Amino acid sequence: MKLELRGITKKFGAFTANDRINLVVEPGQIHCLLGENGAGKSTLMNVLYGLYQADGGEILLDDEVQQFAGPGDAMRAGIGMVHQHFMLVPVFTVAENVILGHEQAGFAGVLKMKEARARVREISARFGFDVDPDARVGDLPVGVQQRVEIIKALSQDARVLVFDEPTAVLTPQETDELMAIMQQLRAEGRSIVFITHKLREVREVADAITVIRLGKIVGEADPTASNAELAALMVGRSVDLTVHKEPAKPGSEVLKVSGLTVLDENGLKVVNDVSFSLRQGEILAIAGVQGNGQTELTEALLGLQQKVSGSITLNGSEILGTSVRSILDAGVGFVPEDRNRDGLIAEFTIAENLMLDRSTGAPFVKAGSVQREYRDAFATEKRTEFDIRSGSINSFASELSGGNQQKVVLARELSRDLALFVAAQPTRGIDVGSIEFVHKRMVATRDAGVPVIVVSTELDEVVALADRIAVMYRGEIVGIVPANTPREVLGLMMAGERHAEETDASAEVSA
Amino acid sequence: MNPENEAEQPATRAERRRQEAESAEAHQHHVEEVEEAILAATETEPVASEAASAPVASAPVAAPAAKAATKAQQKAAAKAVAEGEAKPSADEPATNRVLREIMNGPIVLTILAVLVSFIIGGILIALTNSEVQETAGYFFAQPGDFFGAVWNAVSGAYSSLFQGAIYNFGRDDFASGIRPLTDTLTYATPLIAAGLGVGLAFRVGLFNIGGRGQMLVAAAAAGWVGFSFPMPMWIHLPVAILAGLAAGAIWGGIVGFLKARTGAHEVILTIMLNYIAFYLISFMLRTQGLLQAPGSVNPKSPPMLETAVLPAILGPNYKLHAGFIIVVLATAGVWWLLNRSSTGFRFRAVGTNPNAALVAGVNVKSTYMWAMALAGGLVGLAGVMQILGTTPDGMTSGIDAGIGFDAITVALLGRSRPWGIFAAGILFGAFKAGGFAMQAAEGVSVDIVGVVQSLIVLFIAAPPLIRAIFFIPSADGKLKRRPLRRNSKAVSA
Repeated sequence: MKLELRGITKKFGAFTANDRINLVVEPGQIHCLLGENGAGKSTLMNVLYGLYQADGGEILLDDEVQQFAGPGDAMRAGIGMVHQHFMLVPVFTVAENVILGHEQAGFAGVLKMKEARARVREISARFGFDVDPDARVGDLPVGVQQRVEIIKALSQDARVLVFDEPTAVLTPQETDELMAIMQQLRAEGRSIVFITHKLREVREVADAITVIRLGKIVGEADPTASNAELAALMVGRSVDLTVHKEPAKPGSEVLKVSGLTVLDENGLKVVNDVSFSLRQGEILAIAGVQGNGQTELTEALLGLQQKVSGSITLNGSEILGTSVRSILDAGVGFVPEDRNRDGLIAEFTIAENLMLDRSTGAPFVKAGSVQREYRDAFATEKRTEFDIRSGSINSFASELSGGNQQKVVLARELSRDLALFVAAQPTRGIDVGSIEFVHKRMVATRDAGVPVIVVSTELDEVVALADRIAVMYRGEIVGIVPANTPREVLGLMMAGERHAEETDASAEVSA
Repeated sequence: MNPENEAEQPATRAERRRQEAESAEAHQHHVEEVEEAILAATETEPVASEAASAPVASAPVAAPAAKAATKAQQKAAAKAVAEGEAKPSADEPATNRVLREIMNGPIVLTILAVLVSFIIGGILIALTNSEVQETAGYFFAQPGDFFGAVWNAVSGAYSSLFQGAIYNFGRDDFASGIRPLTDTLTYATPLIAAGLGVGLAFRVGLFNIGGRGQMLVAAAAAGWVGFSFPMPMWIHLPVAILAGLAAGAIWGGIVGFLKARTGAHEVILTIMLNYIAFYLISFMLRTQGLLQAPGSVNPKSPPMLETAVLPAILGPNYKLHAGFIIVVLATAGVWWLLNRSSTGFRFRAVGTNPNAALVAGVNVKSTYMWAMALAGGLVGLAGVMQILGTTPDGMTSGIDAGIGFDAITVALLGRSRPWGIFAAGILFGAFKAGGFAMQAAEGVSVDIVGVVQSLIVLFIAAPPLIRAIFFIPSADGKLKRRPLRRNSKAVSA
């Protein structure tokens, strides 16, 4: 089925999210929609899927104009969507999830589960998915859940399939498998829209590439285009994708984590017997697919986790079991994974956010009163130093772009005397320009002698920043390897394979 | 199938695990959800708060600023949606958004809500007026009679409301003409105090529904000191007041303590403590040797000793007592606390984003505890005003006079900002004072005033309604579906 979007415009108030977008996806084609976070890709797809009503333009399927009042219409017309965040009910089985929304009932309203199961088996067999229709979705690995989404779309005989950032939650191996599935779907003559901001994937499978920036189509590219060309198109200027840093000059040992175990509320081990140490002036990157205990590990370092055992010593003194306040006072700088939730207060101004973790005493507070002149002077200084682009220091954090929000968090954390700097997903969801800035500051922090821990699920970032790489899988560190370890090896480790050769001069595994 | 649901889907193992944990501890989850709902109640933007405290004249200027601020927040929330990030707004229940609207809505909407409520109140007055009903019978014969009757009924009622609440033109001299205004302030005194207590709790993200209980225990404590221990006034009055404050603070603090320790939800706790306080005080009022007046069979305490009664500040001709001065000071104090002090900074941080506050080293649990104690103390102050100011002739179990609940409305109307609450308290005080005058002079039921009061809050709680009535373009409306805006074009440079 040929999909054509003509002059799609979507406005939200004064802001134009999509500005006269034209897009043609031929049958049997994988069309890549490339753009930064917030460029308007998801909005466009939500218009296509009937979630938003376009303010202008039309959607054509096989040259027929379509009107979608909601996703139901879009599905009936043959459009299927694999969402970035899966739309599945975890406690339902695969078959139940697949029929959800299109339930076929027989006598007395009894669901036709047998047919549903057969349908799942049939599609699953066709693509070699090996999905059990009676498995509970919540028990399945993320990669398999994604296949359930695909089965769900295919069970409605979707001729146009939209994959919205499908690889964000996958291991490199799972990503490869997904690429193969997409190619198989293409071979069947389906039209595929593949939304991503990862350049490598684009070049691998795309037949056509459309780059979207600030709601407008800024160009089309050939799959043979280089990474730098695509990035430049995406960002609107040439970007330096490499991180420049001198070799690490590790000093004395600062942080020692041994036998750290973190239990979640259900008593399950989310971090399991993790040990490592960190010296001055080095960056330890913690790699792994999201949800393998990295979050809990960093939270444990800041004292945010309740059920912890083991030991964390910072400059020789135990910090495990003390309060967040005292760990902050001991000099731990922390960039939380989810800055909107944990890093900033959206309704506070930049100046207020910059003093967020320093409200207990001088110089920000004297005699119980916030020293507003000092606060504002400090904010003015940091706004310049960290290039926080905002109206003023009194702009609300919510008014800033992701990258500038992250700079506020960095500015706050890096302007204290640090003994350790922990950054969880520091570049998630921010623009390329800010990524460069964040990376530079992290390397600068390292060079100033502060040990840095960076958690990232993006292998590129891990490789670019790390002096050593610790790979986490199911709460355990499967290995700590040097930064020059091949990607394939890292990929296998992220899938849980233990790596034998952990013997590099700089790699130091404390057991 | 909106993007927010989408974001809620467990995308990763960690999130899934977390969600499972939450469903396992459904209670805890619920608590968090409601906590988040309460976050909305808080508002910290200087721009918007200026709008709130700005005089009416500058409202049109301030309103766009406040609106812009609200817009920005929505943009951010929507932006997070567009970016597919996990964020608080994704789990934000609908009540949260409603409260956020109430707190952040431009002040012009508040004023319009008051206006519309008066209009509807006027319609009700006209409908219930016997003369209007009569003239309606021959409307087509003499429509003039009908409109005349409507005008007489409505203008008469509102004029007497005004004269009963602000200035009585029927009096010869200014001194007696102004008495209604002093009555208004007297009625406003406990409303403001209790409103501050509720509003302070809102700002810390807590629903304090326990105004009644906190007032009752505070009144009982202050009253007990007031009638039991003869002392010189300069010591008796402060001790009685402090006893009341302490009792209210303890009653509120219990809630904070239980919430911090067990995760119990403060709404349930405060409601239950209302019952406990009511029945406990009723029992004590019926028991000789406790609060009941000696030799009496009525559930009433002895009258306050002269030395414990708040003195009239404008002389014996006026009811206005020193409690009003205390309340002005309390308002200023709460303003300082919230807007200038480091404690208030943490209060607001916990109120708007407890997660970020926690990461910033704030002890969220103890913040809840102290905030509830403080809120209880402020509500307790209202109880003290009642027993030592308004009805010093003895305590009954009805001494709270519904103020504990009216305070919620006052806090909402004042958008949880100290001086906003102050103004809202005076408005409600005026309704109380004027309502009786209206009933006496025009025969319009005082209940109409109750209807108008409730309508005001209803309209404030439903800003889209007011926007629709006055064709004000929506600042949000499509909050859920607003995508990311690349903020400030400069950023993309």
